[in-house]
Amino acid sequence: MEQTWRQAKAAFAAIAVPPIAWLFLFFLVPLAVVWGYSLGENTGPTTIDVTGTFANYMRAVEPLYLEIFGKSLIIAGLTTVLCLIVGFPVALAIAFASPKTKAWLLLLIMLPFWTNLLIRTFALIAVLRENGYVNAILEWFWNGGSGLMALIGLQPLGDFEPLTLLYNNTAVVIGLVYVHLPFMVLPLYSALDRMDRSLMEASLDLGAGHMRTIWSVVVPLAAPGIASGVLITFIPALGAYLTPDLLGGTDSQMIANVIERQFKRANDWPFGAALSFLLMYLTFIAIAVQAFVQRKSERRG
Amino acid sequence: MAKGKYLGGASRRSILQQFGAAAVGISFGGALSACGGGGGGPTVNFYNWDTYIGPTTLDDFKEATGTNVNMSLFATNDELFARLRAGNPGFDVIVPSNEYVTRMSQAQMLQELDHSKIPNIANLLPEFQDASFDPGRKYSMPYTWLVLGIGYNKEAVRAKGLTVPDSWKYLFDDATFNQKMALLSESADLIRLSAKYLGHSVNGIPPAMLTQIEQMLIRQKPRVKQFHSDNGQDLLASGEVDIVLEYNGDIAQLMAAEGGDKFDFVVPKEGTLINSDCLCIPNGAPNTEGAHAFINYLLDAEAGKKITEEILFPTPNKATRDLMPDSYKNNPVIFPPADVMAKSEYGAFEGDEKSREYEEIFTRISAA
Repeated sequence: MEQTWRQAKAAFAAIAVPPIAWLFLFFLVPLAVVWGYSLGENTGPTTIDVTGTFANYMRAVEPLYLEIFGKSLIIAGLTTVLCLIVGFPVALAIAFASPKTKAWLLLLIMLPFWTNLLIRTFALIAVLRENGYVNAILEWFWNGGSGLMALIGLQPLGDFEPLTLLYNNTAVVIGLVYVHLPFMVLPLYSALDRMDRSLMEASLDLGAGHMRTIWSVVVPLAAPGIASGVLITFIPALGAYLTPDLLGGTDSQMIANVIERQFKRANDWPFGAALSFLLMYLTFIAIAVQAFVQRKSERRG
Repeated sequence: MAKGKYLGGASRRSILQQFGAAAVGISFGGALSACGGGGGGPTVNFYNWDTYIGPTTLDDFKEATGTNVNMSLFATNDELFARLRAGNPGFDVIVPSNEYVTRMSQAQMLQELDHSKIPNIANLLPEFQDASFDPGRKYSMPYTWLVLGIGYNKEAVRAKGLTVPDSWKYLFDDATFNQKMALLSESADLIRLSAKYLGHSVNGIPPAMLTQIEQMLIRQKPRVKQFHSDNGQDLLASGEVDIVLEYNGDIAQLMAAEGGDKFDFVVPKEGTLINSDCLCIPNGAPNTEGAHAFINYLLDAEAGKKITEEILFPTPNKATRDLMPDSYKNNPVIFPPADVMAKSEYGAFEGDEKSREYEEIFTRISAA
């Protein structure tokens, strides 16, 4: 027998109040404090007066900081697109695997979460650096190829020059894609898994090829999953701090790195708060876009 | 040299720093976690850098005085400052660096020390009995000191036709080590050392020179591989770079490790920045009496020896230094030659406005 929450108000309240109180105390209140700081002024090394000034926001929209925001958006956007390109076939494969294989594949996707992000990033450094595993393997093939060419009487290749894979923007994007890929695969998988298979069969029966079926049937049906995957990849990537700090080069600074330095070295919490809230407004815009996409696709469906 | 073990970058300011960064929200405010354990008796809450104490020091102190020491760790001065910013959560002894001694004393965060309770002050070298950043040692006792310099790979430097990269030029204004060098990502250190290279003091840098420094570092940036977060010894050890801006203690640890003889350290001829980590009692400390006793104990000759043998940083303590083996006392990495030390200075705390200005310059350099 179905019962709406209106018929069991006490039970509903008992379940809902703790999380709401938690959210209020440990999320909304601190957030309000930081928002207050963003409208404040430093009056001493440890004191801030909330004066309602917009000076921090004025400074935050100076070209210097807007450019850094812009760069962060580009890097986060690139990360999201790459995650989607890599993640979609993976999610599709998992959705169509046998139930037993499916469980194992999902486990593999979740596996990285069992290790701390910092440890994983350091591991990536060990893989990518000049004396790292990628270069070691390439060198092995290079030397093998060189020996082979000498053997058949050709000029051997020169000395192996290790590739510079670390400490540049490419390394940051590789690191961000690596970290955020599971966030993309999981919502895609859940969308694809729920999909009505008979629609695909119908499409194939009616003469569409495999690619055509994917483009015209699977992708539109998976649109809400794609939108939420894009969102929960893009937002954390936009605020990424550790990855650009550890894998980036001298011009891989992202906005979160600047914010971190305001709260620490510069001891300028009001300005740091203003930058954080600008980032937050961008996030709200992204969520609104996602909601719009979702609504549109629901209306269609 | 002593038993210093190189732990792939595990130094005073290392991995913990990144963990600290990831958990920055956690470290604000809040009471000190229950100081349980260690049975009854009085307790001193000690807030220290990682790997910055002797292996038995805390137990020895308990044996000598009956007071438990409860040690927590921080990774950067900023973390220490942020943690105490909203009020002391219960620490009795903290270890800020010189610049932060000034900053925290100006912010009324430190207590005046009662020198009559710290007789071991007599053990300190004369030049450490007083300090420009804390006149009369009102708030701080020196624990260690350290200098920034250039750690380098000897063979790679020879391959460039040099014997020793003994000038800041190679890091700030030169392409010899193109893409084979790394700088510390600390705005104030970079700007101050650049001023030193340009022949100015590390303090009171005029605005015109700041512009000049900014342009010089923007020009240098494409040749620099990374602005590292104090893991320069690791970049050097893995062959990622050939020369690196680092602290002497970090490179000394690397050199003491296996295969460390490939590396060396030099304080450039122009002079450098000296830092000194100091023992202080924050305002609101619950156990001031115990805090004084603990500071006095850390300045004891024997106790200092056990600490120094472990951490390999230069000690300001004459009595401790006299007990150390020659391999430590005469190590030019730990104790750079007198002529460059004479040209070196402490970086003074010049107000929050200055730190913010330096920070913005660094943001512009990174964004350029």
